[in-house]
Amino acid sequence: MLETTLDNTLDNTLENWPESGSGFSVPYSLFTETEVYEAEQQRIFRGDTWSFVGLEQEIPNPGDFKSTFIGDTPVIVMRDEDGTVHVVVNRCAHRGAKVCRSLRGNVPNLECVYHSWAYNLKGELIGVPFRRGVKGNGGMPKDFDMKQHSLQTLRVETINGLVFASFSDSVADLESYLGPMACTAIRRIFNRPIKILGDERQRIFGNWKLYAENTRDPYHASLLHLFHTTFGLYRATQTGACKMDDTRRHSMLTAKANSSSAEDDTEAYADKRAFNSEFTLQDPSVLQGRPDFDDGVTLVILALFPNLIVQQIANTLAVRQIVTYGPKEFELVWTSFGYEDDDAEMQNIRIKQNNLIGPAGLISMEDGEAVELVHDAVMRDSDKHSYMGMGGGRAEDTDHLVTEGTIIGFWEFYRKIMRGERNIKLPKTKTT
Amino acid sequence: MSIPVAAIDPELQVEVTNFLAAYADCIDTDQLEEWPEYFTDDCLYMLQSRENYDRELPLSAIRCDSKGMLVDRIVSLRNANIYAEHFYRHILSIPLIKSITADEIVVHTNYAVFQTLLDGASRPYNVGRYLDKLTRVNGELKFKEKIAVFDTNQIATLLVTPI
Repeated sequence: MLETTLDNTLDNTLENWPESGSGFSVPYSLFTETEVYEAEQQRIFRGDTWSFVGLEQEIPNPGDFKSTFIGDTPVIVMRDEDGTVHVVVNRCAHRGAKVCRSLRGNVPNLECVYHSWAYNLKGELIGVPFRRGVKGNGGMPKDFDMKQHSLQTLRVETINGLVFASFSDSVADLESYLGPMACTAIRRIFNRPIKILGDERQRIFGNWKLYAENTRDPYHASLLHLFHTTFGLYRATQTGACKMDDTRRHSMLTAKANSSSAEDDTEAYADKRAFNSEFTLQDPSVLQGRPDFDDGVTLVILALFPNLIVQQIANTLAVRQIVTYGPKEFELVWTSFGYEDDDAEMQNIRIKQNNLIGPAGLISMEDGEAVELVHDAVMRDSDKHSYMGMGGGRAEDTDHLVTEGTIIGFWEFYRKIMRGERNIKLPKTKTT
Repeated sequence: MSIPVAAIDPELQVEVTNFLAAYADCIDTDQLEEWPEYFTDDCLYMLQSRENYDRELPLSAIRCDSKGMLVDRIVSLRNANIYAEHFYRHILSIPLIKSITADEIVVHTNYAVFQTLLDGASRPYNVGRYLDKLTRVNGELKFKEKIAVFDTNQIATLLVTPI
């Protein structure tokens, strides 16, 4: 018997995307191969994209900094004396040491501990010890130009307090990159000054794109998460919508609680594990809240390519940042917030409802598990592929939640950016 | 500074030590339905990262402010949540009694929780310290406040079983 040669190289995978009739398939090699991961760092995280790096509120004062990552590149986000936010690669221009070793803090300038090279809050080199030598010995060459040895600076733009950075000189401005759909959704949630409530960090042992799929997947949410379905936080029977931008790299899932009828719920979920009328709470205060918005939308999952999810679930508000650690691991950084004008009761509501969210959240914990369930099962089968067809197998906006179209939109864009296509705009589809 | 050793009744030290050991044993032997019984009715149980604790930010991974919420966590773990089967082993330091008043004993204890999944590998899963306030209900010790502040800042996969 002849053995067929598997060709799971990235280029071959991208060129020969599996056909699945009217459905859509994703090759598992894209989740497992180191070659794919390395290419993503260049073509996505250092390519023509904007990555989320933090909230302005995390660094309110001059000298405030936080260290984080774009993909797996360490970066520093800092505010200078003029109040301007700068993002630099966290790597000394001298011999490559990590300049900033703290998670966050306040400093007058950055100083590398290795040889004490110092940089101002814009990332410009301002000090080199023994530059002119010691007692006539040593010193830097005469033509040493401080201006040529700054930290690597990135493009920075903000929208309503969200800070994004890019390695690319050619990517469009942030607002164009996000598109009207995402900008409107950001302005709705970040409509007034926020107050940060804290961070949670979760290390998930699977490929980062499994989480990109998960957060663009309205199909799973009422079947995996019993809390969502049983307590009506999210049901596929509710009034909801799935929207994408013109490139379909970003997606937004929205739903309105209390919008489904008892008949519809019973018909949809009568025999489903996740809908359990026997399940009651001794202390239901965890589910109690007050409306934040007058549009009736109680759930928003806004997934922005490549590394951010903005979340409103009941009264919990959070940004979730994806940090990659190779093809098999990523970190999810949850930063939860309320508003500066929240009264004490409102802040308590948000903190209590956070029991639903994050790595120990009664809802959200299960997404970590779902990612790993897939990861573990596809590891050895990189020549195989998934199948999705819910909603018709096309990347289309919908005014319902019974679809996988937003996941398909992600992958269609992913394929194009990984093939090196520029100025990607996918043909407009009709709302079904 | 803690209170002088001479001021601590050795019997109290033994009682507090046993109480904490029994608490850990209750979780590690999967007697989770008994877990809420270690707390007062109006207890506060928090599992919070040191990152948030040090900044005095309120967000916690778990925050239950009634015994009912503790019960709900366990009912949810048993009946609702989806997670990988696992085992815990709590290793506790000697409880350090920080202060004693008429109705409150403040105790700090370091803990390390190892988690073993069905693959058989044991991993340090959550390491931190308990900042506990104990009180007596009908003579028996109970937690009126238990704050587990963890150093292990990235929770591996998910956290469903209490610490």
